Amino acid sequence: MKPAPFRYVAARSLEQALQLKAAHGDEARFLAGGQSLVPTMNFRLTQPALLIDINPLTACAGVQQSGARSVRIGALTRYRTLERDAETARNLPLLREALPHIAHPQIRNRGTIGGNLAHADPASEMPAIVLALAGRLRAQSVRGERWIAAAEFFKGALTTALEPDEMLTEVELPAAPPRSGACFMEVARRRGDFAIIGVACTVELDGDGSCRQARIALCNAGDGPIFARAASASLAGRSIGAAETAAAAALVQGEIDPGGNVHASRDYQRHIAGVLTARALKTANERAQRGH
Amino acid sequence: MATDADNGETHDITVTVNGVPYRREVEARLLLSDFLRHDLTLAGTHVGCEHGVCGACTIIFDGAAVRSCLMFAAQADGHAIITVEGLAGDREHLHPLQAAMRECHGLQCGYCTPGILMTMKAFLDETPQPDEAQIREALSGNLCRCTGYQHIVEAMQLAAERLRK
Ligand SMILES: Cc1cc2nc3c(=O)[nH]c(=O)nc-3n(C[C@H](O)[C@H](O)[C@H](O)COP(=O)(O)OP(=O)(O)OC[C@H]3O[C@@H](n4cnc5c(N)ncnc54)[C@H](O)[C@@H]3O)c2cc1C
Ligand code: FES
Ligand code: FES
Repeated sequence: MKPAPFRYVAARSLEQALQLKAAHGDEARFLAGGQSLVPTMNFRLTQPALLIDINPLTACAGVQQSGARSVRIGALTRYRTLERDAETARNLPLLREALPHIAHPQIRNRGTIGGNLAHADPASEMPAIVLALAGRLRAQSVRGERWIAAAEFFKGALTTALEPDEMLTEVELPAAPPRSGACFMEVARRRGDFAIIGVACTVELDGDGSCRQARIALCNAGDGPIFARAASASLAGRSIGAAETAAAAALVQGEIDPGGNVHASRDYQRHIAGVLTARALKTANERAQRGH
Repeated sequence: MATDADNGETHDITVTVNGVPYRREVEARLLLSDFLRHDLTLAGTHVGCEHGVCGACTIIFDGAAVRSCLMFAAQADGHAIITVEGLAGDREHLHPLQAAMRECHGLQCGYCTPGILMTMKAFLDETPQPDEAQIREALSGNLCRCTGYQHIVEAMQLAAERLRK
């Protein structure tokens, strides 16, 4: 299929892109990597009147250390840039581990982190990563700018807190603290497919090797990324062993609401969520004990 | 420049394909894959699914393998593209990747082949000494309904070896 007609503007500046979006609202779409938007346009599920191509806005791409303990990623940063970035591997091991699970190299050469988060597919890995890391997202419009906490940003399937005139311009994530470990695991039908279930977790240790704080988030486990509050809280102050990971896995199974589909029933998704939670927590804890 | 028409807003673009600069007027909604095939009659780039899944339309855009069905021709303005027609350099010779595909029976109907060649060209440029697992990972975004992939993997191993020499 071919897309319906539209007007195309290659943005010359962020200001121009924001002005056009303010003037046209929901009738206009930003075009980032196009890896989610163009397929839906080809099927005519999306028929924007105006496409604002933000690819020329190279200032919105790149990874930066910000302050001592956080990393800022420009919305237009492509997955492949992140995959090759040594700082990302060191400071954001959780995000780094999830990248190869996203689609295929050709898709990762174009797809951007901002486009992914703004698209907010519940099966997508990055929203769960940003939620597990308690990141925050920068939205800019002609009216000004605001920072939105990850927990407030994702509002449900393909729905975010962004207003029709706002562009997501940056994501800020805390760098992995010392004595912490992270792990991302997913089950998919084939390499590059969307996850049947994915689990992201981080474990931060106290001086005595017990867990100071753990955070667990899942993808494709509900109508948005899900932060497993009770399971995460259950680990604080404990030394993580088999009993603790099993208990957390059982809590996760109660906290999620997977939709089920032709490839995986809800029960199967719930089962996988439990298995992956226990494995990912064990691995994250081992990595934390080793110091990375 | 954009001209305002309800149906067919058009843009003047200049794009370099296989080293040759082309200047064309394109409709905003023209997919890059259709631009290459219909406007430039470079029909080696194939179209299977038009939603990014099959990989038949893979080209090299500014050095990186991408889906040409998920880009608009207007986005290629000022950029450089290599298609399967530009792989060997001339019409008399095969590129080592193409020769290896032929020798190892890496194709049957050939529909997937241009996309696989362009994907693997970019991959081998970056990873000259791949192991089998890396080759299979690199191939994961290209569907082949005929070969069962085994012979493609063998062709890539042979090509990588020859390209290193
Ligand atoms: C074959 C295939 C397999 C895939 N598999 C996976 C997978 O396993 N996991 C996964 O997570 N994803 C997968 N994807 C989707 C891919 O990750 C997309 O690249 C990503 O979801 C969207 O990023 P993009 O830059 O391409 O955004 P686009 O497609 O350009 O945009 C997506 C949406 O976000 C809006 N938008 C874009 N940028 C901004 C911005 N800065 N501010 C506000 N709104 C914006 C657009 O208007 C559009 O509505 C797959 C895609 C394909 C084609
Ligand atoms: S035609 Fe582009 S990926 Fe299938
Ligand atoms: S050779 Fe027929 S699809 Fe690959």
